[in-house]
Amino acid sequence: MDGPEPLYKDFYDVIVVGGGHAGCEAASASARTGAATALVTHRLDTIGEMSCNPAIGGLGKGHLVREIDALDGVMGRVIDRAGIQFRVLNRSKGPAVRGPRAQADRRLYRAAMQEVLSGQPGLALIAGGVDDIMLDRNGRVCGVRLDNGALLRAGAVVVTTGTFLRGLIHIGEVRVPAGRVGEAPSTGLAATLERFGFTLGRLKTGTPPRLDGRTIDWASLEMQAGDDPPVPFSALTKRITTPQISCGITFTSPAAHDLIRANLDRAPIYTGQIASSGPRYCPSIEDKVVRFADKTRHQIFLEPEGLDDDTVYPNGISTSLPESVQRDLLTHIPGLEHAAMVRPGYAIEYDYVDPRELGPSLQTRRIAGLFLAGQINGTTGYEEAAAQGLVAGVNAARLAGGGLDDFTLDRTQAYIGVMIDDLITRGADEPYRMFTSRAEYRLTMRADNADTRLTSAGLAVGCIGPERARKFAVRQQALQDAMTLCHALTATPDALAGQGLAVNQDGQRRSAFQLLAYPGIDFARLAMIWPALRAIPSAIAEQIGIDATYAGYLARQESDIRAFRRDEDLLLPADLDYAEVPGLSNEARQRLIAGRPGTLGQAGRMTGVTPAALTILLRYVRRRAA
Amino acid sequence: MSFAPDASVAADALPTIYAPATGPGAGAVAVIRISGTRAGAVVTALAGHLPEPRRAMVAALRAPESGDPLDMALILWFPAPASYTGEDVAELHIHGGRAVQQGVLDVLAGLPGLRLAEPGEFTRRAFENGKLDLTAAEGVADLVAARTAGQRRQALAQMAGGLGGLYDGWRDALVRVLAHLEADIDFPDEDLPAGIAQSARDSLAQVTRALVEHIDDDGRGERVRDGFRIAIIGAPNAGKSSILNRLARRDAAIVATTAGTTRDVVEVRMDLAGFEVVLADTAGLRETGDEIEREGVRRARLAAEAADMRLIVVDASTWPAIDPAVGALVNDTALLLLNKADLVAAEKLAVPAGVADNWPIRAVSAMTGAGIEALLATLGRTVAARLGAAESVPLTRARHRAALIEARDALFRSAEADVPELVAEDVRLAVRALGRITGRVDIDDILDVIFRDFCIGK
Repeated sequence: MDGPEPLYKDFYDVIVVGGGHAGCEAASASARTGAATALVTHRLDTIGEMSCNPAIGGLGKGHLVREIDALDGVMGRVIDRAGIQFRVLNRSKGPAVRGPRAQADRRLYRAAMQEVLSGQPGLALIAGGVDDIMLDRNGRVCGVRLDNGALLRAGAVVVTTGTFLRGLIHIGEVRVPAGRVGEAPSTGLAATLERFGFTLGRLKTGTPPRLDGRTIDWASLEMQAGDDPPVPFSALTKRITTPQISCGITFTSPAAHDLIRANLDRAPIYTGQIASSGPRYCPSIEDKVVRFADKTRHQIFLEPEGLDDDTVYPNGISTSLPESVQRDLLTHIPGLEHAAMVRPGYAIEYDYVDPRELGPSLQTRRIAGLFLAGQINGTTGYEEAAAQGLVAGVNAARLAGGGLDDFTLDRTQAYIGVMIDDLITRGADEPYRMFTSRAEYRLTMRADNADTRLTSAGLAVGCIGPERARKFAVRQQALQDAMTLCHALTATPDALAGQGLAVNQDGQRRSAFQLLAYPGIDFARLAMIWPALRAIPSAIAEQIGIDATYAGYLARQESDIRAFRRDEDLLLPADLDYAEVPGLSNEARQRLIAGRPGTLGQAGRMTGVTPAALTILLRYVRRRAA
Repeated sequence: MSFAPDASVAADALPTIYAPATGPGAGAVAVIRISGTRAGAVVTALAGHLPEPRRAMVAALRAPESGDPLDMALILWFPAPASYTGEDVAELHIHGGRAVQQGVLDVLAGLPGLRLAEPGEFTRRAFENGKLDLTAAEGVADLVAARTAGQRRQALAQMAGGLGGLYDGWRDALVRVLAHLEADIDFPDEDLPAGIAQSARDSLAQVTRALVEHIDDDGRGERVRDGFRIAIIGAPNAGKSSILNRLARRDAAIVATTAGTTRDVVEVRMDLAGFEVVLADTAGLRETGDEIEREGVRRARLAAEAADMRLIVVDASTWPAIDPAVGALVNDTALLLLNKADLVAAEKLAVPAGVADNWPIRAVSAMTGAGIEALLATLGRTVAARLGAAESVPLTRARHRAALIEARDALFRSAEADVPELVAEDVRLAVRALGRITGRVDIDDILDVIFRDFCIGK
């Protein structure tokens, strides 16, 4: 630095640190919202890297991608260009719990992401490492310092550094500080966050060894193909044109389990070398063998990492056993007896910030102008990271653009809202992953109606581009017209019986919409009675059929949602002194003081805050307001 | 010894509370209970030092400032968390005289950081500190209010967690079912055990059956708690009020020989075979121009509807003729009383063939008391049979019943649903309804079960 006033190289409204899935989405969202945005990451060629499983979507996660897409985010568009096997999970179950999923070609995914971001107006991509975050004399974020000493000024900063904060890789007894294999960890930023006083925790996750596909005996394995035709994620994608492949399925064996048991004394998660918590839904193979000792085999999906890439991701055997044991392990797995290991699996420990440090806009409560998104907040998964990135990006842009109010989604609107609310009220004791069972209102929040739920909200904050805005308007109009028609077409039970449809002879006229809820009655059947229905496009008809299926349950859920909104509307004053509220138990008091919930509803979702404590709180706040 | 405000407890704003635990008025012994962080300091201030935990100590109590002697007391000390409220608790067993009690209470009132407990506050703190669930807390309230042996037994069982245990047991079973349904929904690509959806449905059916049986208990527990209701009904001047007085052995209702004296419903609570019985005397049933009396008749019919048992009183002198308005109220809980039996010949009391051959009939005389003891014995047996100890813990409150019915109806719907997310939706509602009874609500329970029961992670 040349003088007392630091020299800033450049000025941006928003700087996004990190080029992973949270960073990409944050940078794009910020730029779409109209902020001059820079994405700073160590290497531009790793932007959009899938460092673990090369797949997007699944149950709950697929919902997130559709919601990101509804807000004009990039993930859905990119996977549609890079996907090499598309499957809708849970086809046998109802539409509310169907989850779109796709295997990705990792190289195509990176390339598509880099292309989309390069083409985004208002977004600069900068190669560099961010070492420190600069604050002005009021303690507000005013920029970042790069590792080459350069300073970039910014109105808001979004940090999305994933597992890079003091990342430590474990392979057996070997320990390597790294963000992911072959890339250095960020220690400077970890120190910055610590200096700011954030509560940091440590989590663990793992990845399986990678295999050379040319050495796998595919012919002996059961193969799983994708859906035909593949269903795209994005409303902007007409159809999937990337060639599609199949995945293989194999299983571990008793001999493999014996080998693992014999080497537990060299497994970091059992020797005490790793003490942090890993995700229960993604245990390592050694963990599975120990905890579910009566299972004689565990399923493995063999997922090719790309069309021109022989690397195969064996999904199901994440491990941190020593490299030689991993090699031996493969020889006991049918089809992999002669498989060559490209690189070993590993466990990685990393720092994360307790997400209870964040508000619903993902701005930290401690430092104005600083936003955190992605794995740094204790989540796992590309989709979870991307969804947070989008929310943080829009909000950072709004803050930098003159302090507009927060863009937030609640638990009744979106899986994104469920996730952020879970994070900021309950924290993350293990890496947080989305499941449909986390969403109380999942019958209303479906992958198929994400646009109806969210695109209007996106239009209101200006993060929706013109192409999507136009398509959205057309589709909403078509939906509305079709819905009006389906309610207007009615018939008596007698008339229906004459058409071969048996309903209760109660004299009640039934609309086409009501009839769609009956098992075995679909649009095609009704079009035989009312030919006007034939004019409705199939995508619109499908949507209305789904709405009709759940209509009875939605009425009940509506009253639930009203109760939820009542609690959400009861704001807890920011200056509420919990020490002064009589009758609270010590545990509830301490939790409330630490968590500072914004609403009564949020307070109720915090662990340790009992219904009794809520009643006391409600009474106190009401009396105070009176 | 001085009793200076302690700065270290200032952060803990819950005041220490105290209250007499024994009833008002003079007795041999009075107990004053103190709960909160300052309880230990209070004992030290009054008695010089603390007893060993859970050991009785006899010590002189003195006012802290003046040193005035207050009493020789037996002192018990229960440090947190092993106490009734979960906080530090001290009990002062003092002599029961008014002056002694007042003296000690005055001294406590003058100490900083202490206040008199509100009604139920000790139990509320116990609930908030997780020492009791809601049903157990309700059990404590019921036990304190218990008037009969039946109420005492029921409240004790509830306080001991019998009811909470039952409801939590069902809730836990449903949480497990829900977890299995959710695992099936959220992890379709996992190698889950075959048939988890079917076994989930089997468990659901089991819990549903248990719930239905529990709800369909004829209101036994609520009747034990609130009283078994017996309505005395009949034509005017049949002697209903006299029978009430005979049964209750005191003059509760106005008794006069003019027809239509009881224009409202008069209730008497009595202990019969260890159960609380509410005897309701009602206005005589007849067509009348008197507006007030008409209202009385309307209320009599309502009382009959609400009653668990009906005593139908008929004037023996008019037997076997019976007013149709009265006859219409005979149901399978009715017992027919031929009153004024002393005024008619014994053969007139015979039941004419073909007339009401299934009606249980007793001849009594409210005037002489003849047949009343036998009637009391019959009523006692009936009440004991209807309310007596069954194997299971009974439903005791309307609040519980409403939530149980909500849970049951949700489970009925879940059995009808054809896709797993709709089954799960209603099971979730049922779990929530049951959780409301004991005050337990937690969504993370479901994920905990999933990851404990299944190996997830492809």
